[in-house]
Amino acid sequence: MSSRSEETRKSKILAALEDQDTSVVLDDPLENAMVLNMGPQHPATHGVLRLLVKLDGETVVAAVPELGYLHRGYEKIAENASYHEFIPHTDRLDYLSPISNNVGYVLAVEKLAGIEIPARAKYIRVLCCEMARIASHLVATGSMAMDVGALTVLLWTFREREKLLDIYDVLTGARFTTSYTRVGGMSQDWTPQCTTMLKAFLEEFEQDVKDVEKLLRANRIFIDRCEGVGFVPRERIVALGVTGPLLRAAGVPRDLRRDVPYLSYPEMDFDVITAAESDALARFYVRIAEMRESAKILRQAVANLPEGPFRADAPKQVLPQKGPTYTRMEELIQDFMLTNIGIDPPVGEIYSAIESSKGELGFYIVSDGTGQPWRMKIRSPSMTNLQALPDMVRGGMISDIVAIIGSIDPVMGEADK
Amino acid sequence: MTNDDILARLNATHAANILSHQEYRGDLTIVVRKEAIVKVAMTVRDDPALAFDLVIDVLGVDMSRPENRFEVVYVLYSITGRRHLCLKVLVDEETLVVPSVTGVWPGANWHERETFDMFGIRFEGHPDLRRLYMPEEFEYYPLRKDFPLLGIPDSLPLPRR
Repeated sequence: MSSRSEETRKSKILAALEDQDTSVVLDDPLENAMVLNMGPQHPATHGVLRLLVKLDGETVVAAVPELGYLHRGYEKIAENASYHEFIPHTDRLDYLSPISNNVGYVLAVEKLAGIEIPARAKYIRVLCCEMARIASHLVATGSMAMDVGALTVLLWTFREREKLLDIYDVLTGARFTTSYTRVGGMSQDWTPQCTTMLKAFLEEFEQDVKDVEKLLRANRIFIDRCEGVGFVPRERIVALGVTGPLLRAAGVPRDLRRDVPYLSYPEMDFDVITAAESDALARFYVRIAEMRESAKILRQAVANLPEGPFRADAPKQVLPQKGPTYTRMEELIQDFMLTNIGIDPPVGEIYSAIESSKGELGFYIVSDGTGQPWRMKIRSPSMTNLQALPDMVRGGMISDIVAIIGSIDPVMGEADK
Repeated sequence: MTNDDILARLNATHAANILSHQEYRGDLTIVVRKEAIVKVAMTVRDDPALAFDLVIDVLGVDMSRPENRFEVVYVLYSITGRRHLCLKVLVDEETLVVPSVTGVWPGANWHERETFDMFGIRFEGHPDLRRLYMPEEFEYYPLRKDFPLLGIPDSLPLPRR
């Protein structure tokens, strides 16, 4: 609004106030819609989501999400960085499952450049993706339960997640900002210690999920606050382009791991979990069941992990191992060329997506043949899923908003890019 | 459903609206006449043999060329067909208006807002065309190639000391 119209508006209000008695008299004080500003700093909005809510008493009439409080311009940064330089930035997209973002990004670059990775690398990436899915769903289920009042669940799920972060630590050297993948492979190999730790985790995991479920399955308060809350019909969910557990909880069995297979998922035996209710409770149980399926995939992948190289043999595009870089001339040249000039994928544009824990995580890359992408679009699941929020909260109570945001499980780092 | 099937199916009804197509690494992208995008989108969604019912993304690209500087790409997914498809329209710098597909897929709403925010491309018929990420009073379009990486000084109001 321009400053002039703002001024005329103010002077009009002032004139109106001067003309008459300023005390407000309403026939019915309850006949007013109230606009409430929720966030961006609010513990239940899981980050910096801001919601403008129009209320009639305690009932939500309308809600408008406002994004952009964590916008860092990653797509602009990507255009000015080489393909390798952007890998650490992908950690900061969905910061609850950084390692699967790494995988999703390098898969897109490999598709663009036409790099085929060895079988062992594919298996390690499957392990990474599924560990990330469990870790992310543990936070999602725990924090959703906490939002509706069951604090214990959060503590129990975080205890489990801690074990996964310890595996990340051994595997990648970092607990959160993993930056583990490289174009054509990984930075380090999967070690026997990781196998031992993962097996120990999987042994206890089944019982731990059971314990968490036991806390909630017959919990009257939890069920009352989630059942039928945030219902959106299946057709509307599809029309809004929602993906991931939200879409599956509405009865649509869409899972890119099965439908558009990538990595070594065709060799894995797992079920696509769906529910019919499309409410907060259904989303919660879809996530719980998906964790069990992920554990199933982890068991198969760790048992069948093939031997062999964990990085593709393509010297023009794939970084050499650290050891030979310091001792051999060819590898030093290769490292120098890849760092300074970059992998030059041919001119073209591709779209590549994975099923991340929140939904479809896609990268649309336009290459002009140089070492930096001409344009890179990040298709983040959280942003699209948040679009369904106004539909979910409309007609509900204001306290339901908290449960609904928990059931969407948005990560603002990803939604705002 | 292969790429050729989709092309044949669309050519049967929309031959005049399809300008060209490209295939790269298995991805099919169909370039559609800008004025006809809503019609083509309707067909692509409602034809039971295609059924691209999920809008995955709508994005802009600044190609930085004299004619048809911008491109708008629609990434679609078919739940029954289990595959992706890209539609593309070319946008001239002078007009910068594209018909909105929010009437076909309501989920395109925020994606079109983001494209407007980043490139200044207006979507005709959009119910609520506001900036999505940048502040309302921001005057530039950050993902255009002529916008510098470091930003433009004083373009964003900062808190007073």
